[in-house]
Formats: sequence, C-alpha cells, structure tokens
Amino acid sequence: MKSNRRASWKEWFVTSPSLFWLSFFFVIPTLLVFAIAFKPANPYGGIGKGWSLQTLFHLANPNYPSILWRTLWISLLTTVICLVLAVPTGYHIARLKPRVRQLVLLLVIVPFWTSFLVRIFAWKILLHPEGFVKRALVMVGLAGPESILMYNSAAVLLVMVYTYLPFSILPIYAAAEKYDFRLSEAARDLGAGAVRTFFSVFLPAIRRGILTSVLVVFIPALGSYVIPDIVGGPGSEMMGNKIAQRVFVDRNLPHAAALSALLILAVMAPLVMVLLLQRNRVKNDPFISEDS
Amino acid sequence: MKRSRFPLIVTLLVLLFFYLPIMVLVINSFNASRFGSGWEGFSLIWYRRLFDSPEIWRAVQNSLVIAFGATLLSLLLGTTAAFALHKYARSRLQRSHYLLIYTPLVVPEILTGISLLMFFVALGWELGLWTIFLSHVTFCISYVAMVVLARLQDFDYSIVEASQDLGADWLTTARKVLLPMLAPGLTAGGLLAFTLSIDDFVISFFVAGPGSTTLPIRIYSMIKHGSPPMINALSTLLLVITFSAVVVSQRVGEGTPPGS
Repeated sequence: MKSNRRASWKEWFVTSPSLFWLSFFFVIPTLLVFAIAFKPANPYGGIGKGWSLQTLFHLANPNYPSILWRTLWISLLTTVICLVLAVPTGYHIARLKPRVRQLVLLLVIVPFWTSFLVRIFAWKILLHPEGFVKRALVMVGLAGPESILMYNSAAVLLVMVYTYLPFSILPIYAAAEKYDFRLSEAARDLGAGAVRTFFSVFLPAIRRGILTSVLVVFIPALGSYVIPDIVGGPGSEMMGNKIAQRVFVDRNLPHAAALSALLILAVMAPLVMVLLLQRNRVKNDPFISEDS
Repeated sequence: MKRSRFPLIVTLLVLLFFYLPIMVLVINSFNASRFGSGWEGFSLIWYRRLFDSPEIWRAVQNSLVIAFGATLLSLLLGTTAAFALHKYARSRLQRSHYLLIYTPLVVPEILTGISLLMFFVALGWELGLWTIFLSHVTFCISYVAMVVLARLQDFDYSIVEASQDLGADWLTTARKVLLPMLAPGLTAGGLLAFTLSIDDFVISFFVAGPGSTTLPIRIYSMIKHGSPPMINALSTLLLVITFSAVVVSQRVGEGTPPGS
C-alpha cells in the first residue's frame, strides 16, 4: 500500500501549484501567528522590532479564563443540541421515499447556502424587543413585557444552533443513508425494543457520521465571532470577539496573535482526538466502507 | 413493525425552525413600517431605497469581481490538486499534500482571517481588494479540490488511455475526453467556490482595507448601524438568488450534498 518511491517530475508538476500556494498562504501565516505572539506591538498598530514576552503577560488578564471557559461551554452545548436534533432528523430523512427525500434534503441545504449574515440578522429581528418572538412569548405569558431576549448567552446559543444545524444534519444523513435498516428490523425481531434498537444498533452504525457532525459544529463554534458580536452582549463574549477587539479596537496585533495561538491549540485538541478515534475504528469496523 | 413518530416530529420542528426566521424577514421586507413592529401595509419602498444606494452597488461590484477571479484561480489550483491526489494516491508526497488541502477546511474562519492579516502586514502589502482576492483563493482551493476529487473517485482512467492509444495528442485528449467527463465536478466546485467567496464575511473583514468594502462587509455595517428594513429587502433578494442557485446546482450535481 505505502509506496515510498521518490515522486516523479510529473507528480511534482501537478502537485506544486496547490502545494506552493497553500504553503505560502496557509502554512506560513499560521506559523507567523505563533511567532508574532512573541513580538512587541508598535504604536502605529503594526509589529515592533525584536522579541518580547510582554504579550504573554497580557494573557494573564483576569477576564480571559472566564471567556475561554464560556467559549468552550457554548461550543459544547451548541454541538450537543445540534446532535440531538440532527440524529432524529437525519434518520427520518434517510427513511423517506426518494422523491420526498430530495425535497426535504433541498430544504435542509438551502439555509446551508444562504448568507450567513442574513440568517443571523433574521434572528436579530425576531428577538428584537418589538419583534415577533418577544411578542409571542409575552402573549402566552412566558416573558414579561420588560424582559430582554437578546444580548445574552442564551441568544448566542440559539443563533449558533440555528447556524450550525444544517452542517450537523448532512453528515448524519449521509451515514444513515448507507445504513441497512434491515439491521434494525432484525434487532426488533429478536426482541429489542425501539429505543434499544436505536441506541445499540443504529447509533453505533452511524458513529462516523456522528463524529464528522461533532467536528463540523464544534470547531467553527470555537471560533465564533459574528454571532456573539451581533446577538450577544458584554456578558456573552467569546474568544473570537476578544481577537477581533485586539485587531479592530486597540490594533494590537501581537496580543491578537497570542489569543489566536491559544485558540489554535483549543481547536487542535478535539481534532487530533477525533482523528485518532477514527484511525482506530476504521481498522475493524464492519459498517464502514472505504469512502471520503 | 411500528415506527416511532418521534423522528418525524423532530424533522418538522427543525424545518419550521429553519424557515420561520427567514419567512418573517421576507414578509417584513414588504412592510411599510420602519421598525417592523407591526404591519403597516405593503410597500416596495425599501427595495427602491436599496436600488438607489450607491454604496450597495459598489459593494456588489467589488464582491462580484473578487468572486469571479477567486473562482477561476481556485478552480485551476483545486483541480490540479485533485488530479495529483487522485492519480498519485498514497505516495508520500500526496499524503502531505492531502493534509495541506484538508486542514484549511477545519480551521475556524477567524483564525484564517487573522493569520492572513498578520502575513500581509508582515510583508508590508497594502490591504485592499487584492488581499481579499488572495485570501478567497486560499480557502476556496480546498473546497474545489474536495469536490473535484469526489468526482474523480469514479473516473475511469482507461478511457484517457484509450484516447491516447487511438492517436489523440495530449491537448485533444484534455479537450475532448477529460473536460466533458470532469464538467459536472468542475461546475459543482466552481459554484461552491463562488458562493463561498460571495458570502464570506469574517476573512474578508480582517484583510480588507479602506475602499474595499464587499457586500457582506456592507451588510455587516448596516446590521450594526443601519436601517433594518433595507437589510430585509437586500436579504430577500439574496435568498431568491441563493434558492435559484441551489436548485440549478442540484440539477447539475444530481444529488451530491454540498460540502461532503
């Protein structure tokens, strides 16, 4: 399987354009973030000369641990809520008749392609003090006329679930579509209840889809910036907001770099974990066909 | 076997959840009321205001120029990448190459944005349309490569060999055999790149300079400080365009879910 022969010039020829482009515009910039974290800031909003540990002391800011913690919490909750909604939805779509399935799938894909800002803005209108949701809640007595639905962590969570749910459903559906539903029937015939069949037969079979789904929600969620910026308030800031503030408000690039480096490490942890999990499972998994 | 109603109910709620905000937004775009607090009659005033706004048109123009350019270049780079990955699969070089193509897909946008900003600042390049274009090409390559690669999986190389055996030169083979076979993959990849570029806010915002406002950057500043009804109208127009594009790409792509 592994061939360790030297690459031919033909191979280099087709590989080099993308290889060089991404090395130049992706690898070097990413490494640069770590380097700039150890640079001083200059007063003109650029990067100063020499090296410094000054920025690392900035990171000792007492606000940061709670913001990092909140970022992890909101991202984790978003991922779990998305999964809880995506698994039954993906399951249901996979069981639909082909024609209806195409339609429902289209309905899931449209928000996926719809402008990200437009979807966030739609919620800003709904949650607005004069908006539809607020008035509906006041009418049924679930909210007082003075309560504020926006500018808090709950609003951020709600809009994050709204934004990432399509990303969560698609991998689950893709896995459920490949699942042989006769396995569930067999389990039922052998006496397992519906719930048990679902948890011990269906879920393990689509675990790869679940892993992908977790990954495509959790990682972008960690880097959220626009959602807490638009529907969140001072009490619901996330790491992304702090990075953006360092760039756009006080124009301290080394400080922004240090925060980004922290975020990169936070992103790497779940990624490496999932990759290792997948590697172990692919080896002896009867359900996984070699794809993607 | 009796099937549970639960998944059906969840699916219906999810679809309602997806479309309720969008529907309220579309309806409000025809509302004469300035704050959208109540229905004050049907009106197209916000659409007229939108069409009369020169800033919007400038932003649309910038976005289109960047999206067309980024789509073309990323199609070129992404397709060659997919070819290399497919043809020399499992060579040592391609394993690193694959990692390099795959990683940008899982990096949160804000990190891509900030690292490119640092890069351009460190190089002393002036921020503007040009830096937005370079950034868009960078994140589009990976998406195009993945979409085209998925198409190449069921690509039969013996047809290319047959063409060459029958005496066609390299150029003829590329034009008459390769291109028609790859057309659906290229269309899907191109559409994806175009949509991603047109819609990108976070990365563009970081690497934009004065005078390089794209449509999403304009929408963002309107959300932060502008008039909501005009954004409703603009959003409705964007929704119509997106919806048509999705229907078209579904026809072309025939059931491949995007982003998979």
